[in-house]
Amino acid sequence: MAGGDDLKLLGMWASPFVLRVKLALSLKGLSYEYVEEDLRDKSELLVKSNPVHKKVPVLIHNGKPVSESLIILQCIDEAFAGTGPSLLPADPYERAIARFWAAYIDDKMLPALNQSAMGKTEEERAEGKQQSLVTVETLEGALRDCGKGKPFFGGDSAGYVDVVLGGLLGWVRASDELHGVKPFDPERTPLLAAWSERFGALEAVEPVMPDVSRLVEFGKMLKARLAAPPAAGASN
Amino acid sequence: MDHHLEQQAAESEKKAVKLLGMWASPYVLQVRWALAMKGVEYEYVEEDLRSKSAQLLAYNPVHKKVPVLVYHGRPIAESQVILEFIDDAWNHRGDPILPRDPYRRAMARFWARFKQDKLSPPIWRWFTTEGEEQEAAYEAAVEQLLVLEKELAVSGKPFFGGEKVGFVDLSLSPLAYVIPIYEEIVTGGGGGGVKMVTEEKMPSLAAWMGRFLSSPAVRGHLPPLEKLRPRCQAMREAFLVSARAKVEQQQQQ
Repeated sequence: MAGGDDLKLLGMWASPFVLRVKLALSLKGLSYEYVEEDLRDKSELLVKSNPVHKKVPVLIHNGKPVSESLIILQCIDEAFAGTGPSLLPADPYERAIARFWAAYIDDKMLPALNQSAMGKTEEERAEGKQQSLVTVETLEGALRDCGKGKPFFGGDSAGYVDVVLGGLLGWVRASDELHGVKPFDPERTPLLAAWSERFGALEAVEPVMPDVSRLVEFGKMLKARLAAPPAAGASN
Repeated sequence: MDHHLEQQAAESEKKAVKLLGMWASPYVLQVRWALAMKGVEYEYVEEDLRSKSAQLLAYNPVHKKVPVLVYHGRPIAESQVILEFIDDAWNHRGDPILPRDPYRRAMARFWARFKQDKLSPPIWRWFTTEGEEQEAAYEAAVEQLLVLEKELAVSGKPFFGGEKVGFVDLSLSPLAYVIPIYEEIVTGGGGGGVKMVTEEKMPSLAAWMGRFLSSPAVRGHLPPLEKLRPRCQAMREAFLVSARAKVEQQQQQ
């Protein structure tokens, strides 16, 4: 690669945030080196590349690291504006709307979904479930009103918001078996349910999605770890 | 341009851009500074957040908050989203709010997020608690401030945006004018009180605060601090009273 763009992605297979970056790179047809991190034994490269948070994903572009999934997505879109489809719309107002919904997904919907699954008490989980319903329904409204009957949040083709939401699809699919909950219930949120199928079936998306049964196993292990009382006398 | 035409252009721009805000909100203020940086004329509407207008609820049904920027009748909410929009929509005017280079833009967005996720929570906790909880929050806040200090010191630039005020400076703005008020209140007005940003520990940040407040877009466009102070004080008291009541309740059970 003569002075070409060198892309390296530090990630973890189950992370929805890493998945977002993989989806974006795949949609734009960009090749990259993937490095699987063991988050209990973080590599020197990861710690050096993201000293503030020490988290994945980190995208290293020509030696320069970028972290935080939403920030990485925008960076990819801007740095590779000529390659493949654009993730963000061209119009400033449309761009603002896309950013608004991406922020909504991360700041409102995700915490609610997390709390409904991982809340420490029955009460917390119930509250999380309630909030999840509200936020998912709001998103359904966004797809209906902003989408205007188009197949994706991005319009005729998948864009920024589709990728931001799409990163969660692995866990959304695993959720039914893990928690007995369908976040995108076809009865409550038919547009989102249809969108999930459509997005998941895209040529650039399907091969990148994590294996749902593997996610279910992983989820069960996480739940067990949370629920287990601290072992007396055992080393940590 | 002919003065008459200039006036007409400004008036029609004012009709095209409306900002719903509240005088004490730092998020609204950031948007006002950004609009000032781009020389954008706009209509400002002061909202009473205890009695939200039908207009606000219609323009921001999801969050029902200010600021909301209404551009040719179309609303945009969330201050960071609005700041980026202002930069996009008026990118031919004034100085850039975000850097042009994709990597540097990513860094700017990163530090704005850092402020929101890592810095604001402990500062808020420090301001609304007392005793051990407050001490722990203070330590946590200082730890994050030192990260920012290092970032600015290493850059060697006057602002986080470089030579001029930018996106990160706007996002960090409450540090410049709200923190000194918090410090006064927490100390109880007495001398030798608690300081969060000290010249010895954080020389770059301390210098940045003064520099930011005197920058053209900001200077003279601060909320009335004599109104802000009692408001902040009342907030701290309300939190303390509520926390003490909870403790009492628990002790009685």
